[in-house]
Amino acid sequence: MAGGSSAAGAGTARHRDLGLTDAEYELILAGLGREPSDTELAMLSLMWSEHCAYKHSRKLLRRLPTEGPAVLMGPGENAGVVDVGGGLGVAFKVESHNHPSAVEPFQGAATGVGGILRDVFAVGARPIAVLDSLRFGEPAQSERSRYLLEHAVGGIGHYGNSIGVPTVGGEIYFEPSYEQNCLVNAMCLGLAPHERLIRSAAAGPGNVLVLLGALTGRDGIGGASVLASAELGEADEAKRPSVQIGDPFAEKKLLECCLELLDSELLVSLQDLGAAGLTSSSSEMAAKGGVGLDIDCAKVPQREPGMEPFEIMVSESQERMLCVVEPDRVAEVVAVCERWETLATAIGEVTDSGRLRVLSGGEVVADLPVGILVDDCPLYDLEPAPPSTPLYPSAPAVLRGDEAPGETLLALLGSANIASRRPVFEQYDPVVQSRTVRRPDDADAAVLVLPTGEAIAVAIDGNGRRVACDPRRGAAEAVYECAANLACVGATPLGLTNCLNFGNPEKPHVAWQLTEAVAGITEACAALDVPVVGGNVSLYNEAPTGPIFPTPVIGMVGRLADPARTGRLGFASQDDVIALVGDLGGAAAEGSELAKLRGEPISGPLPTIDAEAIRAAHGRVRSLIAAGAVHTAHDVAEGGLAVALAECCVAGGIGATVRLPDGIDPFAEAPGRAFVVAGPEAALDGLPVIGRVGGDALEIEGLLKLAVSEMRRVRDRGLAQFL
Amino acid sequence: MKFGVVRFPGSCDEVDAQLACQRVGEAVILWHRDRDLQDVDAVVIPGGFSYGDYLRAGAIARFAPVMEEVAAFARSGGLVLGICNGFQVLCEAGLLPGALLPNTSLRFIFRQVELQVVSDDSPFTRACAPGDRLSIPVKHTTGRYYAPPEQLAELEARRQVLLRYAPGENPNGSLDDIAGVCNETRNVFGLMPHPEHAVDPLLGPTGGLPIFESMRAHVEQHVLA
Repeated sequence: MAGGSSAAGAGTARHRDLGLTDAEYELILAGLGREPSDTELAMLSLMWSEHCAYKHSRKLLRRLPTEGPAVLMGPGENAGVVDVGGGLGVAFKVESHNHPSAVEPFQGAATGVGGILRDVFAVGARPIAVLDSLRFGEPAQSERSRYLLEHAVGGIGHYGNSIGVPTVGGEIYFEPSYEQNCLVNAMCLGLAPHERLIRSAAAGPGNVLVLLGALTGRDGIGGASVLASAELGEADEAKRPSVQIGDPFAEKKLLECCLELLDSELLVSLQDLGAAGLTSSSSEMAAKGGVGLDIDCAKVPQREPGMEPFEIMVSESQERMLCVVEPDRVAEVVAVCERWETLATAIGEVTDSGRLRVLSGGEVVADLPVGILVDDCPLYDLEPAPPSTPLYPSAPAVLRGDEAPGETLLALLGSANIASRRPVFEQYDPVVQSRTVRRPDDADAAVLVLPTGEAIAVAIDGNGRRVACDPRRGAAEAVYECAANLACVGATPLGLTNCLNFGNPEKPHVAWQLTEAVAGITEACAALDVPVVGGNVSLYNEAPTGPIFPTPVIGMVGRLADPARTGRLGFASQDDVIALVGDLGGAAAEGSELAKLRGEPISGPLPTIDAEAIRAAHGRVRSLIAAGAVHTAHDVAEGGLAVALAECCVAGGIGATVRLPDGIDPFAEAPGRAFVVAGPEAALDGLPVIGRVGGDALEIEGLLKLAVSEMRRVRDRGLAQFL
Repeated sequence: MKFGVVRFPGSCDEVDAQLACQRVGEAVILWHRDRDLQDVDAVVIPGGFSYGDYLRAGAIARFAPVMEEVAAFARSGGLVLGICNGFQVLCEAGLLPGALLPNTSLRFIFRQVELQVVSDDSPFTRACAPGDRLSIPVKHTTGRYYAPPEQLAELEARRQVLLRYAPGENPNGSLDDIAGVCNETRNVFGLMPHPEHAVDPLLGPTGGLPIFESMRAHVEQHVLA
């Protein structure tokens, strides 16, 4: 497209205002053979945005392994689904709502939860759990970060609590690189009998397209392109109108309504309305089914008068779903919706034209081949290059480096990244639906009992600092760490979902981070035999000060046979013996929380990864738990072995006396590779014993002795002081 | 015995309540628009956010058709248990004294709390002894019990306070640590903690079970006998 021809350069730059490049606009002109109408251009600009088209990541994502024996639905549907036995499937997905949350944290986070819930019930699954992964700037230094934290947590609670889906886990990290661009990733799990699972492909020309749920308004117009696919800048206050407003009550009714419609087998297909609203949902349904759709946007129930067709087609008003219904079932659909006080409106029909036609009254305002919307957006090759100079400044030092080990441990326990998450978890309901066997703080992963009597476990992880130090190993570690959390409750991984939060992929060093991280995830998935069943990519997470830490967030679901035999992280019993499982030999200071507190550079290398040893360690912990042989299992992660031991003491309200194996640095990190377990001596046969549970202090011989009450006080205050 | 658990749009814990009731008897769901109470022996108004808790927690639900029947059922001596949002609804409906105000923290709070049984003289606590401690979770934003001083004195005099938060456990600023109160005739009981989330040893402590067992014992003795 050298030179940019006539149409792109001349007359108007309207496509640029909508986020399309001149070259992309040329492709549209060539594909259509004419200039698009205003409505068409609005639709195309959204469908060709990074957020909808994954144009900088799709080629990379193809490298991820997506197949496994438990996979019922893989990437491409609203959520991935794995088989959990007894004719049941668990659907799950993680998604970002970063930029809306940076602009308006309460509604941004709330609608992030609302959106991921809809993804899950769109495949026919009842949402049974939510987890969140949050990143903010340093709370001690930044009032803005404290504000974002408070309101994002408030928004998540507002939505999840009100809709009756438990929030069972999550994680939070604070780093200067997230100061301007916070991350709010929400993951949802749903449960469905196999036969209720439904796909989103529209089918059957003559069938009716029915819009369910809320009125369509002018909120969230251009959210996908304006907010999600560009860097944050100075004038973001002005973008607030692009953030959607959530109504969990409307979603609760919509959810119950959709599940009843599916139980009554009234729907041909179902799709949620998310980014790019009706445009995206309808064109994806049509593309998957190889059909066309006619939509009369005048029939769409509107919240305000005088909306233009393009506004109706791209509105991101929340709490709406789109379904395809056979004509003679429409009345039944309307009756179910009336019972749930949910609007149901026939707005169009399935055609065999292969085109998405939008009418407004009698007038055709858009007439596009479905393919140009969904498939024709160019996919870009990344041009990765490792950075030649460090990308991220060190955090300000809060430790000098010559502190006594006891003082160092207290500093770690009180650091915002390690301190107790209770002030946050207490704002979420973890028990509604009566499935929660392990709540947050009970264990390294949440455990939910299934109607079959078996259970699933779920955890979410992703330490961006380590990925910044070494994108390949750091991203692999996130996968191993997540699997290690599942091992601590005795669960075998079935599948994972990921949210890749990165900076601007058009910059070579960000492209390099992304490429390396995907390679790391791919290697770890292969090593553990865990497929990726779905996910989300969030790019352009940059502020004028630079990109965020590369932050792949991994959410993993596993299965365990007996929920009565699952792990806890707290030390349980006087006289239990403490042992190490796995190899901490390679643990290092680089990338650790202690290195951060000491203001050391953000740089690698991270410890080498011995996949075989990691598999063996995870397997050993799983069998100890499944056999009921140990009372305690906790993986050694941030803050190293000393922090892991302290956490076991505080959670159990009991002390321990430990002698470190030779050559182990108590604060060095090698996440995902090693565990602290505790149980009767006979059960730990063959494992390196490092100590014994008991007393009211943690004593690491020759290093430190701290009262459990003192550790608890410091750990409880670390995050609570900012909320 | 047969329990009926009311479902409003926005109810969240109705299935949990049904499961808890099923540990001691039968339990059916009662739809908010239906006036037929299906010959139940006791009604549970469950937790959640009925009608989105718009306007004020419980303020809209009290006007639901089913609530007219529940009020009549209560007047005739039927057992009615209101949990969390159900407590709010019963206060709004005038079936229980007092009101629930926003927590002093102004935040939603989930916490496993220790309760103390104040009185075993009720169909809801007869399986307990005064002074018993029950571990039950709370989860609410609007749970601070309030009644004017004269009314509070009457409640105490008539021993209508059945449960208090144990010393140091009050999560919301409730007056006199009040966690649950009954009406004058002792057949309607509301509490902010969620006994239905404390009945299954797999999921946590079982401090809620005695409340459901008490209701069964009462019904078997006085209604079904």
